[in-house]
This record gives sequence, C-alpha cells and structure tokens, in this order.
Amino acid sequence: MATIVVKRPKLKWWEKLYLPALIGGIGVTIRHFVRTLTGRTKVTMQYPEEKWNDHLPEWYRGAPALVTDEQDRERCVACQLCEFICPPRAITITPEEIASDDKWAKVEKRPREFEIDMIRCIYCGLCEEVCPEQAIFLRQEYAITGTSRAEMVHDKKKLYEIGGKRVGLVNKWNALK
Amino acid sequence: MPPIASIDLASLAISTAKIIGLVFLVIMPMVAYSVWAERRVSAAIQDRVGPNRVGWAGLLQPMADGLKFILKEDFTPGHVRKGYYWLAPALTMIPSLLTCAVLPFGSRLFGEKMVIADLDVGPLFVFAIASLSVYGIVLAGWASNSKYPFFGSVRSSSQMISYEIALGLSIIPLLMIHGELNLGRLVQEQAVNGWALLPLWGESLSLKGFVLAIPVFVSFLIFTTSIFAETNRLPFDLPECETELVAGYHTEYSSMKFALFFLGEYAAMIIGSGLAVTLFLGGWSLPFGWLAPESTTAEVPLWHGLVHIGAFFAKVIVFIVFFIWVRWCLPRFRYDQLMRLGWVWFFEIALANIALTAILLAIFK
Amino acid sequence: MSDEQKPAVEMVDVQIDGEWHQFPKGTRMIEACRQAGRDVPHYCYHPKLSSPGNCRMCLVEMGMPPRPRPGEELKPDEDGHLPIQWIPRPAIACANTVAPNMGIRTDSELTRACRHGVMELLLINHPLDCPICDQAGECRLQEFSVEHGNGASRFRENKVKKPKNVAIGPRVRLDDERCIMCSRCIRFADEIADDPVLGFTDRGSHTTLAVHPGRELANNYSLNTVDICPVGALTSNDFRFQMRVWFLKETESICTSCGRGCNLTIGGREGEVHRLTPRQNDAVNSAWMCDHGRLNFHYLNSELRLTDPLIRGEAGHETATWAQALKTAAAALAGFGPNEVAVIASGRLTNEELFMARQFAAAVKSEFIDIVPRLGEADDYLAAADRNPNTLGAKLILGLENPGAGLKSIRDGIAQGRIKALVALQENLVDDAGFSAGDLGKLEFLLATYPLANPTAEAADVVLPGAGFAEKRGSMINLTGRLQRLNRAHAGPGQTREPWEILRDLIQELGGGNGIYRADDVFAAMAAEIKEFAGLKLADLPADGVALLDTGETVPLLDRERERKAKGVIVG
Repeated sequence: MATIVVKRPKLKWWEKLYLPALIGGIGVTIRHFVRTLTGRTKVTMQYPEEKWNDHLPEWYRGAPALVTDEQDRERCVACQLCEFICPPRAITITPEEIASDDKWAKVEKRPREFEIDMIRCIYCGLCEEVCPEQAIFLRQEYAITGTSRAEMVHDKKKLYEIGGKRVGLVNKWNALK
Repeated sequence: MPPIASIDLASLAISTAKIIGLVFLVIMPMVAYSVWAERRVSAAIQDRVGPNRVGWAGLLQPMADGLKFILKEDFTPGHVRKGYYWLAPALTMIPSLLTCAVLPFGSRLFGEKMVIADLDVGPLFVFAIASLSVYGIVLAGWASNSKYPFFGSVRSSSQMISYEIALGLSIIPLLMIHGELNLGRLVQEQAVNGWALLPLWGESLSLKGFVLAIPVFVSFLIFTTSIFAETNRLPFDLPECETELVAGYHTEYSSMKFALFFLGEYAAMIIGSGLAVTLFLGGWSLPFGWLAPESTTAEVPLWHGLVHIGAFFAKVIVFIVFFIWVRWCLPRFRYDQLMRLGWVWFFEIALANIALTAILLAIFK
Repeated sequence: MSDEQKPAVEMVDVQIDGEWHQFPKGTRMIEACRQAGRDVPHYCYHPKLSSPGNCRMCLVEMGMPPRPRPGEELKPDEDGHLPIQWIPRPAIACANTVAPNMGIRTDSELTRACRHGVMELLLINHPLDCPICDQAGECRLQEFSVEHGNGASRFRENKVKKPKNVAIGPRVRLDDERCIMCSRCIRFADEIADDPVLGFTDRGSHTTLAVHPGRELANNYSLNTVDICPVGALTSNDFRFQMRVWFLKETESICTSCGRGCNLTIGGREGEVHRLTPRQNDAVNSAWMCDHGRLNFHYLNSELRLTDPLIRGEAGHETATWAQALKTAAAALAGFGPNEVAVIASGRLTNEELFMARQFAAAVKSEFIDIVPRLGEADDYLAAADRNPNTLGAKLILGLENPGAGLKSIRDGIAQGRIKALVALQENLVDDAGFSAGDLGKLEFLLATYPLANPTAEAADVVLPGAGFAEKRGSMINLTGRLQRLNRAHAGPGQTREPWEILRDLIQELGGGNGIYRADDVFAAMAAEIKEFAGLKLADLPADGVALLDTGETVPLLDRERERKAKGVIVG
C-alpha cells in the first residue's frame, strides 16, 4: 500500500504552550470581525430584497423556455430532440401539423403541447444545445415555485411567456420558401 | 446575617424582588441575547451576515426562536426512561440559575445589598451547586437509552469532575491573599485596594501587591479555562461534539426540553463570567477606586449603586463576548488532550500556585 | 448450403478489400460485399426490386486480371489467384455481378472520394427539413452524410424549389425537395403493386417525382413506398408527426389482420403503438405488407379500451378487482350443468389461448366450442380471404373440421334454453357472429372478454379486459401452415390481462391450479398434448417462424418474386 509519511512538525516550547497560537487566532478573527462590520468584506446577497436579476450573465442557465422570432413565429417545430436528449426526461412534446391556411403552413409542424416538468428539470442546458431550430433557451428565470406538482409543469403558454421574442437568430424558414 | 428564624415578610419580599429582577429580568434575557450575540459575532468573524431578519438587525430573533421551541412538537422517544428523561433538562437549567444567588451584582441600592444571598461561603456554594449540573447531563445521557447521548454524558461527567478540581484549587491563592470567602466583601476589598488582576491603587499598589499578582494571574488562566470546560464550551465541548456524537447528551431531546439544555449552557456561561468578574476583575467596582464605598455597610448614593450594577454587567458582557470569541477561534480538543490538560497540567500548576502563594505570603507578611 | 442436392453453381473467387472469398456466379457485387461483411452504402438498390443503378452511391473500385501481352502468361500466386489490375474508374456494385478473379475495394481512396462526391451532390438541393421530417433518425441520407459526407456545404446558389407536402394518395404524402431520385417507389408501384402511377418529370436539377395526372397512389400496398424511401420524401399520413422514430421501441411480431400472418415490427412508446412496419420474411410476406393490416392497430389506442374488470350490478356495470370478477364468473359458471355453457372462442386467439379455451370448455363440462369465421376478399398479392389470423390453429387445437359450423347450434341452443350461459372470448358476438341482442338477453349468464367496449360487453354479466395483439405473447399458425410468434410490445392499459391469463385464472377458480405462469408454459403443455407441436418451445421459435403444417397454400406475390429472381431481375 502506498503510504505517505507526513512529518509532524516539532514544536518549540512556547508553541506547545498553546497561548501564542490562541492569541494569533484571536487576531485573525478580530481582523475578519472588523472587516465585516466595517463593510469591507463582501457578504451574501440579501436574497428576497436583493435579486439576482440584474447581475445574471446572458448565458445564465435558468428555466428553459421557448422563444418566438421577429415575426412572432414560434420557432419550435416539435422535432422532439430536446425530449430525447433531456437526461431527467422533463420534457413532453405533443406535435401537430400546422393547418394549410396558416401563414406558416410551410413549416408544417409545431408543438400542440410542450410541457417541461420543472420538478424534473436539472438546468443542464442540453435542450438548448441540441435544438436545431434555436427555439429553446435557458433564460434568467431562476425562482420557479408552485404549490402543487401540476403547477410546476410549465406548459407552452408559460414557456413562451418566459422566453419571449428573440432576435438575431437564423431564420431559415423565412427565406425564399 | 439575621438568624433564619427571624425572616420577616419585608426581607422576604425584597429577596423575592431581587430574585425575580436578577433571574428573570436580567439573566434570562441575557441568555437569550447571548445566543443572538453568538450568532451575529460568529457570522461577522466568518464573513457572514447572521440572523438579521426578525426585528431590526435580528434583535427579535431570540423571541422567534423561543416561540418556535415552545410550539414545536415535544417528542418523547419510546425507548427512554421517561421520569429521568423529563428531569434531566430541569437539572441542567436549575443549578445554573441557583448559583447566581451569591453573586454581588452591585453595591447597594435603596440601602439594600445587591446580592440575593450574602453568604459567607460564596465560592464554595457556587462550586457545590454548579457540580449538580453534571447530574442533568448524566441523567440525560442515561435516560435517553441511546448510545451517542450515553457517550456524551460519560464524557461530560469525567470532564466536569476533572476540571472542578482545577477550578477549586485555582481560586485558593485568591482566598489566601484576601482571607475572605464572602464575595461581597471580596469585591469591596478590590474596589478599595485594587482588583486582583489590576493591583494599581490602594494597598495593592506596592511590591507585595505586584508580586502577588503573579499567582493571581496563573489562577485566572486556570480558572477561566476550567470555566470553559465546566460549561461545555468550545474548545472543550466534547460531550456534544457533533462530528463524533451527533448532538451528544441531548441527541434525543426536542422542543423546549432541548431548549432548556441550550439555555442552561448559556446561563452557566453567564454565571461563570459573573464569578470570574467578581473574583478577578473587581466585580461591580470601578477601576482606581472611583465611586468606591468606604465599606460594605456604608451608605451608597443611588446613582453610585446604579453605576455599580452597570459596571458589573458591562464586565460580564465583555467576558461573555470573550467566551463567544474563543469558540470561533479554537478547534476542539481531542479527548485525551483534554484529560491530560486537566490532570497533568492544571492540577499540578494549581497546586504549585498555592504553594507559591503561601511562600510569597510568608515572605511579604 | 450443400452443393450435392442443388444443381451445381459455378463458384468464383473474388477479392474483397484484400481477402479472397467464393461466391456463386451471378451474385451482385453489392451482395458479395454484404456477405463478406463489407457493407456498401446504397439508395436505389433494393434486393426485391430491379436495379437501375441511378443513385451512384454504391460506387466501388473494381479490378480484373490484366490482359496479357501476346505470348505472355499471367503467373498465379501460390493460392492460384491471378494479379489484379485496378480499373481507374469506379463501378456500381448494385447492378454488376461478380466475375472470376475480380477485385473489389470498398474502402479505398477512390471509393471514399466517390461516396464523398455523391453525397455532396445529393445534398445540394436537399432542404434543411430534418427537424420536421419524419424520416429523421432512420434516414439513409442522414446516416451516409455522417459517414461519408462533408461537414459543410460549398453550394452558394439558391436551392431548387420543388413541390412540398403533396398528397399523392390517400395515405402517402410527397415532399419533392427531399427526394433523391432513387426511383425505388416508382419501381415498387410498377413491379410489385402493378400500379405504375409514379414517375419522374422534368430533367436535371429539376427532376421531380410525380404521380400520373388524374391518378393517385391509392393501392392497398402504397405505404410500402414510405418504408423503402431512403429519405423523407414519402411519408405516411397516418404516422406523420405522431412520434419521432428514435423513441419507438421495436418489437418483432406478426400481423393479425388476416391469415397471411405478415411479419412486422411494432413501433411503440410508453404503452402506445405508433406504427407497424413489415419485417422481411421470404416465406411469408417478402418485405411488404398491405396498408389495411399496417393501419389496423388504432383500436389499441382507442378511448373505448376496457381497462378494468366489470361486474353487472344493479346500476349497470361496476368496476371490480380481478379477484372479485373471477370469483363472480366462476361461481356463476359452476352453477350450470353439463353442456349448459357454450364457449365462443376466436380465430384471433393465439394457439396458447385456444388451448386454454379448450381446457376451459372441459372445466365447465361443455362440448359447445367454436370460433367466429371472418371472411374478406383475397387479393392477388398478400391479403388472404380468411381474415382470422389463426384459423389453422383453431382447427388443430379445438379439433374443428369446419370453423363456424357450430355457431348455429349454439344460437339454437340459446333460443331453446338448453344453453344457459355463454362465454365469448375476444369476440363481439352481436356484430361479427350473427347473434342478436335478443339471443344474448335469453342467457342467464354471459361472460365476455374483449379489448374494447362493444354490444356484447354491454350485455355481459361479467366483462374482462383482454389484451390486444401488441400486448400479448403467443404463437399463431398462418394459412401456409407456418408457426410464428407474437411478442408483447408492452403491457395493455389499466388492468388488462392477456386472454390466456384470464382463462387460466378462471380454470383455477373452477378447479384448482395448473402450474401455468407464462405463455411458454401453456405452449409446453400444448406441445405435450398435440403432436404437431411436439418438440417445439415458444421461446425457441425463430423470428421468421417454422413451417409446421403443409397446406398447399401459395402466396401470389411470393410466386412472382421467385419467378423474377429466377430470371435474375432481382436479387430476392
């Protein structure tokens, strides 16, 4: 068995007295105490009053949500790749065909139901990564609460509410089709 | 001291008022707020915020905690010895509060001595009663009928017995020097002739005073350390050491019964601080003989009396903060180190200290 | 294959990727490579169809011995093989046959470059439809693009626009932009389904698959074009956007819509069947199946499914536990004398279930047991007139000479009051067996099992939910006498049980245990009793079944296939 011999430091007699270390320790704690009291130490955010909202980076991985494009088209085409990749199987999609009289009939497919069970979601972001349509993004929404299991399931409406409109993405369905 | 048989209603009422005033209006709130102070101070030391939600700066947190403790389910596990299990928390709390009877927390107010019982054997009474709190812990461990509490109580009893010896021996030099066991007169002496640790005025401002301050300082170190051990505070809180024993002797307790253990610990800490202040730091007296009464029987103006009470509690609070501070500075001792420190070092040093004091007293007759 | 029994076929030596193999003369190069374990990617080639060689995906590097100069002899090596001179231009592997001393390289520089180039050209006009395309996940274009394609497109022009989302038939949808012009569907419609309505119009980049004006792809085999389409150009209206293929759990089973017993794969997910696709079995269905059988599964996902045992109470049917329902049924049946109970089994039951039905009839001391015949129209391809999948099994196990002949006497018996109780196993007596509600009303006790709510169940005193074909395990004998196995894709909804389980439990309630815990146990008991099954085990049945009985029945589609194979038109 591999062993590592750790050499025990040989203490001087005054070190053995314990008091110098004690006084040193008190010195350290006093320094921290004073710094905290004078506000020189950064302490925890006071959460419900202060929120993360403004401090979160754009790439923060909060609740996954669906987005629409500039023309309010729902970007999701219900390819179900996110449902497939989702490690905790939080996503359930029911696809449907877009009616032929719809403005976006050429896209052919969209989700009828898109549900993300936020109890299951682990915010891994694989859905965003796998999405070939740039339709699902992890947004800054992080305080997800509910009083029942059913409330914790985000349906399509809620997902678009969180996701909102997203511009500057590839709009492949709009071009020349 | 009036004879016991002649206790009249007036003195009974005065005593009752003093008991209620001291215990319920001062000590108990201090217990509650020392918990708050402990949490805030430790938070500041550790770069945190601490409880700041209930009331301004969290000042109502102790009330909220108390309310929570009262409202929580008082669960008695099925495997415990019920009678002893119920008795143990009370036995921890009561001795802590009893010992405050002999502490002089002020000079005089309205012509009354500011001490509940002006005994001539003050320190002995304190040690006698304080020893009783070990029964609470032992009973808690035994009655819980569970291994961690049991270990905790065994540790606790041996620890307390060990350090009681050092504690007792450590103050003997002080008593030898003053030749006095009445705490009230001890404080009066210090008020006039310099504190035991601060011999800078009165009679002690002499070679003898300075030389005798050496054994007193040693006494003070041993006494303070032993108080830590007696009150089960870090670095000597092995009976409730969570990494080894879950929560030690009160593992099986919940709700207000647990709170009694908790409060008992803090009460013991306050009383311990009070004793240390009384013995070594001049009790209620101000330094350099300011506002010191001429004798224990001399009349004291009202505002002097109030200042003295304030001085006492100010000193106690400083001492409590010191207690708290030490807890967040030091790691916990190992059990064998604890025993070694108690029996090999403190016991011997305390004995030697007594001998040294005796020799010094003989020299500086 | 033993050569002594077969007419001697000349074997030729072929070197594939440096190793010498022997193949019968006439073997296509692509088949030779497949047999040697070197799969050649392809789109247009299909062993059951002719090989036009138009996709160019199967290009391989080929070589033959060089032609010696006059007076020079080629020197064979120690194994007798001549040196190979590699031809600088690639050849398609699907339409060429192997020749003596031929060399094939499936992994050479040239071959890889060919595949890379073909993929790039095929993808030039291909739309980025994968997220909405039903083929995604089983698309050859996707697979070969990963294996042989380029990571990015160099094409900077506009893609050619073609018709999308065109209904070319009642069941098939066409997306011309996705089409890679392999012509498999055209050949299938022409060669197999004898319905040549598909063809290419326009030329070059604008070549478009189209259905003949005024016609549509409506024949009963049209959905096979969806299966063989290597991309998502043809999709099934029925399966369209229902479920992505990568979610489907595939279970090998057989079709129960007629006596043919076409082999199929059940694609299901989380207790729901989403599609059926044919599974190749050259003794039964080649690689095809009819649209009727393929779509005949939706009733399994119906809202009418029975999910709990029901007992008729005072206020109509009430849900009950299995224990209650079985006890009630057994108590009622035990009260009748010999031949007062009739059992109507079904030609849709597996052999195991029929065997248990026979045991059950014996347990209630009944001689009245028959099945409901079900006749349809046979076509000239696969569909058989007998629409019961296991008539042969019923004949063999129940000892019926003429299935359905006993139904009239049962009806009469009920009318005369001789038969007081009836047990209907997975049959709807009112609609299918000619029983009237009045007949059923005369019964003192009616027990019905069925997957769906129906008039018979409505009239029954005890209703037991029986599993559908995708939810049970067992075996059936098709019209050519082939014993094939059904596998369970998933458990039925709710409290549903397989019919053999129901019968076993009823027999146990009536008389005691019989040591049967699995469908395999029933088969073992059956094999011990019925000599035709002797020596067989349910679990050991091969995926394509075993020939059990000789019925002389032939399948028109298979006959033609053999003919074409003999002519060398197809590989087969």
